[in-house]
Amino acid sequence: MTTKHGTKTILVVDDDPDFLIQQETILKAAGYDVVTACNRVEGEARLTEQPPDAVIADLMMDETDDGFILCYAAKKKDPAMPVILVTSVASETGIEFDAATDEERSWIKADVLLAKPIRPEQIVAELKRLLKD
Amino acid sequence: MTTLNLLGVDDEKGMRLGIKRALESYAVDIPEINDRVTFDIALAETGEEAVDMIREQTPDILLLDYKLPGITGLDVLNQTGDFSGKMLTIMITAYASIETAITATKRGAYDFLPKPFTPEDLRHSVRKAAARIIIARRASELEEANKRVRFDFIRVLGHELKAPLSSVTSYLHIMKDHICGSDIENYDDMIGRSLVRLKQMNKLILDLLDMTRIESGQKTRTLVSVDLNAAVDQAVELVRNEAADRRISIHTDVPDNSVITADQVEINMVLNNLVSNAVKYNRDDGSVSISVSRDEDVVTLKVQDTGIGMTQEEAGRLFGDFVRIHNARTKNILGSGLGLSIVKKLAELYGGTVSVTSEPDRGSTFTVVLNDSEIPAEVAEQESVGNND
Repeated sequence: MTTKHGTKTILVVDDDPDFLIQQETILKAAGYDVVTACNRVEGEARLTEQPPDAVIADLMMDETDDGFILCYAAKKKDPAMPVILVTSVASETGIEFDAATDEERSWIKADVLLAKPIRPEQIVAELKRLLKD
Repeated sequence: MTTLNLLGVDDEKGMRLGIKRALESYAVDIPEINDRVTFDIALAETGEEAVDMIREQTPDILLLDYKLPGITGLDVLNQTGDFSGKMLTIMITAYASIETAITATKRGAYDFLPKPFTPEDLRHSVRKAAARIIIARRASELEEANKRVRFDFIRVLGHELKAPLSSVTSYLHIMKDHICGSDIENYDDMIGRSLVRLKQMNKLILDLLDMTRIESGQKTRTLVSVDLNAAVDQAVELVRNEAADRRISIHTDVPDNSVITADQVEINMVLNNLVSNAVKYNRDDGSVSISVSRDEDVVTLKVQDTGIGMTQEEAGRLFGDFVRIHNARTKNILGSGLGLSIVKKLAELYGGTVSVTSEPDRGSTFTVVLNDSEIPAEVAEQESVGNND
């Protein structure tokens, strides 16, 4: 996992500081640059200040739908920007959703939905696929 | 204000008019739940007509004559059995034989009104039925609301317990894949963080047990004269090392011989939660002031810090279960999200309150007001029961 990718920048947004440390460790080892934010507002600011090549966002932050809103903001800025929505709540909320079909992706503005905990090779594989590395 | 539908069934025109006149402008006050009930009255002449009307729109109260020209009042109950759970039936009868009463009760009649009756007798009977309906409705609404609160609590709890597990799992994946090389030292920070998350999970479980004990009322409360000087000192002692590490000074202002009639463990929990927060959310080189004051039977505990503070919007949400304020200033501070919710529940046990005033980057002041009253009879009783064990 040491291939360089022309150092693409990934924005990771989560209110769990450990998730940020973990993704930073994994993604840096895979050759990406990483920018982090710990809530939706900070995440939206980073999108403008330092437009990333892809976004990884947690669904439930201060508000249960902060992740959705952030995905929407990212796609509005650049519809081609890959967005990965991460959640540990899909099963608890009883809301069944996925981003597997075009119809689902049309209202969930994310390309992939992953359930926590995420394995390192899983997140790297998804990014490679979405960034066409 | 509630309106109940009442259907009166009697073949005598005089009776129907009497029912209408006695009840149409009648209002029942139900002080227990602060409600007032009025009646919307429909009338039927025969049992057949009544059955149709019940099937069309089931009344809340059915005033049913037993002796009707066609099918009898009992037949009406038989034919509308499916609706019996939705209405209360008051049977009007001149033949109040015990057999009739038993049969009618089996078919779902709730009360009997023997003929002849006065308008006051009728109102009395209807008032009893109305109160029963309204109180049953309110009870079922409360039960629904409780179920929802409980469900929400368990759902959030599941999430809060899953988060640290998922975090530790992710660190282990990184180690398993040797993402930072093969030297164990490279993983020291991750191992440290994993231990912190597990410790936090443990704290969450302990707080949760405390909270369920308070809420279920099963926590054995022993009300004694609690020395507030000593209680404040022990709370300060618990944070002394962390405060010293970050050069946070702690000042106390507790008048000599301050006491309150309370449960020692509960007072310690209130102070420990507030004082540990005041250090945890402080800035390095900051300060914490703890004061106790009394105005007759009201004891006020104040804990003030010079920490990160919060906005009004954040302060408004602060005392709910599992609420933690997430922002750049709090991102590295761990907590169960239950501490202040516990303080609030404890304060309520003393007929008291907890409040906060705060300003971002300037600090917060938490004020707990407790009533220092005589030992409530209920608790005294519990204690004596406990002593007999």
